[in-house]
This record gives sequence, structure tokens and C-alpha cells, in this order.
Amino acid sequence: MTDVLKVADEAGLVAAVRAALEAGKTLDVTGRGSKRGLGRPSQTDWTLDLSGLSGVTLYEPEELILSAKAGTPIAEIEALLQARGQMLAFEPLDYGPLLGTADAAGTLGGVIACNLAGPRRISHGAARDHALGARAVSGRAEAFKSGGRVVKNVTGYDLPRLFAGSYGTLAVLSEFTLKVLPRPPMAETVVLPGVAPEVAGRAMSAAMGSSCEVSGAAYLPAPVAARIPELNVDVPAVALRLEGFEPSVRARRAMLISVLMPFGAVEVAEDAASAAIWSAIRDVRPFAGTGERAVWRLSTAPSAGPALAAELAETLGAEAYCDWAGGLVWLLLPGEASQAEAVRAALAPHGGHATLVRASAAERAAVPVFQPQEAGLAALTRRVKASFDPRGVLNPGRMYAGM
Amino acid sequence: MTGLRLPEADAGVLARREEIIAALRAIVPGEGVIAQEREMRPYESDALTAYKQLPLVVVLPSTTEQVAQVLRYCHENTIRVVPRGAGTSLSGGALPLADAVLLGMGKFNRVLDIDFPNRCAVVQPGVTNLGITKAVEHENFYYAPDPSSQIACTIGGNVGENSGGVHCLKYGLTTNNVLGVEMVLITGEIVRLGGKHLDAGGLELLSVIIGSEGLLGVVTEVTVRLLKKPDMARAVLVGFPTSEDAGECVARTIAAGIIPAAIEMMDRDAIAAAEAFVNVGYPLDVEALLIVELDGPEAECAHLLEEVSAIARVCNAATLRVSTSEDERLGFWAGRKAAFPAVGRISPDYLCMDGTIPRKALPLVLARMRELSETHGLKCANVFHAGDGNLHPLILYDANKGEMDAAEAFGADILRLCVEVGGVLTGEHGVGIEKRDLMPVMFDEVDLAHQQRLKCAFDAEGLLNPGKVFPTLHRCAELGRMHVSGGQVPFPDLPRF
Repeated sequence: MTDVLKVADEAGLVAAVRAALEAGKTLDVTGRGSKRGLGRPSQTDWTLDLSGLSGVTLYEPEELILSAKAGTPIAEIEALLQARGQMLAFEPLDYGPLLGTADAAGTLGGVIACNLAGPRRISHGAARDHALGARAVSGRAEAFKSGGRVVKNVTGYDLPRLFAGSYGTLAVLSEFTLKVLPRPPMAETVVLPGVAPEVAGRAMSAAMGSSCEVSGAAYLPAPVAARIPELNVDVPAVALRLEGFEPSVRARRAMLISVLMPFGAVEVAEDAASAAIWSAIRDVRPFAGTGERAVWRLSTAPSAGPALAAELAETLGAEAYCDWAGGLVWLLLPGEASQAEAVRAALAPHGGHATLVRASAAERAAVPVFQPQEAGLAALTRRVKASFDPRGVLNPGRMYAGM
Repeated sequence: MTGLRLPEADAGVLARREEIIAALRAIVPGEGVIAQEREMRPYESDALTAYKQLPLVVVLPSTTEQVAQVLRYCHENTIRVVPRGAGTSLSGGALPLADAVLLGMGKFNRVLDIDFPNRCAVVQPGVTNLGITKAVEHENFYYAPDPSSQIACTIGGNVGENSGGVHCLKYGLTTNNVLGVEMVLITGEIVRLGGKHLDAGGLELLSVIIGSEGLLGVVTEVTVRLLKKPDMARAVLVGFPTSEDAGECVARTIAAGIIPAAIEMMDRDAIAAAEAFVNVGYPLDVEALLIVELDGPEAECAHLLEEVSAIARVCNAATLRVSTSEDERLGFWAGRKAAFPAVGRISPDYLCMDGTIPRKALPLVLARMRELSETHGLKCANVFHAGDGNLHPLILYDANKGEMDAAEAFGADILRLCVEVGGVLTGEHGVGIEKRDLMPVMFDEVDLAHQQRLKCAFDAEGLLNPGKVFPTLHRCAELGRMHVSGGQVPFPDLPRF
């Protein structure tokens, strides 16, 4: 039974890290635990619970900024923004359905630590692209701040962005400031059914390379598409989202239909149906409820995605679909074995990285969960870790063995 | 030079100058090493021309391998290195040091790969910002960040400074538009981060390298995102009786869910200087002028122009013109883009500042700047990226009348004011040497130590661009020390369950 240190404020956070340092103990940094299954399984002495560090501390819609404590539920933040017609434009995915934990249970700190982003990644960037400022406590048990509370700032190193995707290995976030954006008043989805992977790749490239301002582009092979009822297809399909003011969406719909003309006829899903399609794609719902079958997330050059997904499905007996116009491949393997070497070998010719997002703890301990790095970059990564957390107190081993 | 301290030159390095030049010539043959004083003159300053310093020697490598060898040699021999792109930095980021090798990246000027299906391009760091757009515009693509120096500044320099431009609010800064880099560490190691995929993977090191002002490594290749050009852009030019009204118009526009491609504001002095210079029909009897640009499909532009115009009228617009042709739109911009040279015409010298403030603080900041203007006895014209709160006060002075110290003091007061109202020291020009000594206004010692330790992870001896960004040079060993009492102290104040 590990000790749980539950903190209520930044002073408590400093005290907790200091106590761990002084006792020579390691900390598992957690918010509400919704993403505990991500990364390498941790073998820490104590748990540092940030769920008590909660609350939005600043929200100025007209300045497009929001600050909140790290343990603030992301659902609370999204509801607050929605009430003022705004949003987190990076559309953070909810790992709940895939990992079998509760839906919408995550915290702001977790979203940032995992740099989560949904389909709008292709047009609006990842979580880190909206990071403006951070207060944090490093592994030296020192509280510090970086960045600011304005949307344009180059004063000093951009540490808030560095913390995005660091899985809590560098510093424990105490408060984070984000850029927020207006929520588009209208969204709809253009569905191009019946396309082979190679054609899907070209269709998405054509759409993304047009001035239609597509804000979601996915390729869904037949079995995956069939699990998203709002698509209303049982064949492979490309889905493309348009968002904005009504006159603009109408104009771009016409433009997009003409761009897609060489690839076939389309159907349009509006309003609630469109929202349901992108929520399913974002939260990997087509792969929900598949127990402990291994799931990978591959980031690659967008044009390579559809063919890579098809190749992996074929050779490994897997299921796969693409978000991010092909740049993100979700891969569901037939069993619990991660087949890490085969997955990474298939990815290698296209560049990018593969992350094992769902697997048993034993499997995640046995294979590199994150893409192995070349020696020079691995050494640099370790030096950066040591600069913030020289004793390796914070989430040791969560990303890489021995770091 | 005024009160600025630069790291003391290492006499040992100065004494070995001939030996160092010979070693560099062995790595970069021919004209790639410049050692004659007359030929080094063009490198003695960047666009912050008040500061000048000849470097030890200039080296202009043309391959990544040469960069690696030069850095490895400098590292092994404890010689400082100052990297340089086109030298357009407004904050002195590329100011040479007397005992440092100036590493010019100008020969890295090739576009290596244009990949339209993946909407990205791989370029060498010496390609100019506008050069990227020129290379892809035949397919109607462009590279979005557009710093005002884009005709001259290089993408390598943009990466170093995290450069912005007038379209940042909608399209982001350099950091939002770069997918990957190849870089050389001071040890000569070559590291690749990211590529054509959207997220680099591993720790987000790319994000700290962008905007690191040449202190972490030397970038030798950059992969940038390309965007399709919008179908059209239209602008509306609105004059307001007060800056409060103009600020209110911007706030209400954004509150209405509209993110314009650009929102620029000019104050009365800037309007007058620009109109006198380029004569584009700016109203002269208003306190503030806004240029709001909308881009996208024709239907969107038309819709949003009506919305913005309606908001402007509610906010007491005194004059309002909507562009009806591309020429007219460019005319609106001609005055704004000429603001700096226009001010240069009415004053022998000017200092361009670069703070960011929360937009709502604008009226307060403008009023306080008028007081500061009287205190320091110098005039100041303001141009403002109003959408993102990035303020560019232009302080007018005459160096020949000995006004430079007063201008710098005025500038420092403005930046302190920016921080006081919740803003930051620099929105897009970088810290460099110009704002270095003001860093403690924004960050305390612990904040700065965490940043400096990151520098140590990349460059343990502090050889890359020393004297920039950080007000105090600490040795990495000193920064790295940590005192932890050895006893098994319990954790009495925290609940456990």
C-alpha cells in the first residue's frame, strides 16, 4: 500500500516534493487517475494526489485566456468555456472510453502532461500550442513560474510548452494558463464513402490542400466506420469537418464537394450527427470495450497514414483508422501482445513515432511504450530531466526506463 | 556603449586568435573564414545598431558537418560562439563578442524539399522567411508567420527568436508553424527533432529550441508547415475618437467570436507620421486607428466585415472605410507598414519597444506612457498588434544630442509598466541584450535558475551566445547544487489515506 500525499495548495505541493526528497522516496504524480494506465507502469514509493488543487483562477473571455489549478476537472473548464461560447480549440481527447475508466474524468494537469489533442489538431494545433504560462514545482522542491498570461510572449524559454507531453517527469504543474478560442457556431461533416486507402489519402490531401479550412479529416475503414452510426455507412469512408460562421460553412461545403468530385459523391452530416462522429473519432470509441487488446497510437507523415493503417491491419490481423488527415493512426491489435517490433518496423520507412497506449502493465513494462530515441537525443532528454529533477523523484520511469 | 555589461573577454582566447583562425580554415576552406577587420565590419551588429562589437573571427560554414566540426572544435577549446542568421534581430541577439567565433548561417540557403501532399517544406536555416513563401506560392501555398523583416530575415533566425508578425492571433508564431529541426549541439552532436509528422514525440524539446535565442544549439535544417492561401482578404479602416473606444471595439469583436486575420492599432502620432510619409488617406483627426483584416472565402469576408463594421459603429467609430479592392486593402496597410520608416523620417533615431499587455490595460498603459514621455522628455508613437496585445512603442530620440540613455530608460520604464499590468517584456523581438537586465522584473531567481539549468542541459560550459537573455551568468555546477537534509523527515502536514 503506497502512501498518498494529497495537497491543497502550492505550498503543500512544495512540502510534498521536499518530503519525498528528504526521505529518498519517489512520487507518482496524479490528478484524478484517469490516465494512470498511460506510459510505463510506475513503481513509485508514494502517490502525489493533485485532485485537491482545483479551481479556475482566471477566465477573461475577451483576452482569450484561462488559468486553472492543475487538478481542475477538464469537464469543468470545458463547461465554463461553453457557457461563454468558447472552447479549448485543441479538442482534448478523453481516454476514458479506451482505457475503460470513467468518461470525462481527467484534469487540466493530465491533459497538459499528456499533450492531448483531438481532430482539430490539424487546424488548431496540440495542447502545447495553447500553453501560455505555468506555475510548477520541480523535483528540487522549488516553486517557479514561466511564460505569462498574454497570448503573445517570447520572454525566456517556453517552459509551459515543454511541460506539455512531459508526463509529469519534469515538474509538477500547480497552475496552468491556456489560450482559449471562440467556439464555431456551426459544424458539419462531409462524408466520402467507398474509398480505398490510397484514394482516401489523396482525397484528404486534396481537401487539406484546398482553402476549405477543414478542421477534422479522418479515414475510417469499413469495420470502424460501421461502429460510428452517425456516419451512416458500412463501407470505408473519409470524413471531413467544416466549422465556422454559417455563410462561411455553406460556401466551403460547396467548395469541398467540388474538390472531392474526382473521388466520388458525398453525403453531409449536420449538427448533432457531426458532433457525434468527431467525438467518437477523438475518443477512440470504435476501439472501446475491447478489453486489454493492445492499442497503439502512431504519429507519421499524413500522406503515409491510410496505406500504413491498411498494411498494419493486413499483416497483423489488426484494425486501424486515421485521424489528423492521416497523420495519426489508431491501431487495435488482435490480442494482448503489443507486437512492438513489427509495429515500429512498419512505421520506420515513413518517419514518426509509435506509442503503446493500452496494454497490460506487464506488456508496458516489457516493451518501450514510447518510441526509442537515438543515443544523442536520449542523452539530451536525460540531461533535461535531470536539470528539473536531479534525484529522479517525479514519475521515474514513466516515459523511459531509468529516467 | 552604455551601461550594458557583456561577458569579459577571455585573454587566453584572444591570444590564440591566429591558431583558432588556422584551425577554422582547416574545417571551412576558402572564403568561409573571415578574419580581416574591414571584412568583419558588416557583422559587428544586428538591427539593434546602437551596440557594436567586432567578433574574434567570422566563419560561414555551408554543411551540417562543417557546423558540427566548428562547434566541436570550439567546445574542445573552450571558445565562445555567437550564431547569426541575417542579423535582423531588434534585441541584439546576434551581437558579437570580442572573444567569440561568429557563426554565420547565410550559406545554408537552399529549399531542400517541398511536400504539398503533406503541406510542409524542408528548408535550410538561411532561407529567408519570404523565400519560403516564394518557393511555394505557385501552388497557392504560403508560410504563415510574417515578421516585418520577412524579406530579409531567415527562418533560422525566426526559429531562434520565435518570430511573430501581424497575423499571429489567427495563424500563430513560429513555434506553431515548425514541425521539426536538425540541430547541432555545442559538442558537435547532431540531433533531429520532429519531421513531417505533427508531434515530435518524446519531451517537447522543439518548443524550447524555438525562441531560445541561439543559446541551446545551432539549427541546420527546418521543416515548416505550409498553409493554403485564403481565397481573399479584405480590411476595414476605422478611426476612433479615443483609444478606449478602439480597445472596446477589439474586445467586442473577439467576444463576438471573430478572430480576424489581423487587428492593428496606431495612435495619433503614428497615424500622423505614416500619413505624412505615404499619403494613403488616413484620418488625421482621430486618436486611434484600427485596421481589421478578415480572410477566407468571399462569403465569410463579406459576413464578418458587416459584423465588425456594426461593432465599430456601436463603439463610436468616427470614420469607417471597408476595402472594395485589393489596391485599397494594400493602401490601408501601406501606412501601417511604413510606420517605422515614417517615424525614422521625423526623428534622427528611434527605439522600437516590444511589450505585450492584456488588451484591456491599453488605455491605462497609453495614459501612463504619456506621463513617462514628459518625465523623460522624449516623444513616443505607438503601433499595436491589438488582437494579441503586442505593443510597439517607438521612442523618438537623437543620439547626437546624447539622448540615448534617456531613450533606453524610457523604454525600460515602458516594459516595467507592461509587466506591472500583467503583461510581458517581449512579445516577438526576443530578450537578447536589450531586455536582458529587465528579466528580474518578470522572473525571480528561482524562475531564472530553472531556465538556466535547461541551458546547462544543452551547453554545460555556457559557450553558446553567452551574455544574452540571462542577466547573470551562473556556472552550471553552481546552479545544479541541491541541498537536501539527509534525515528521514516525515510528512506531518499532509493528510494520507
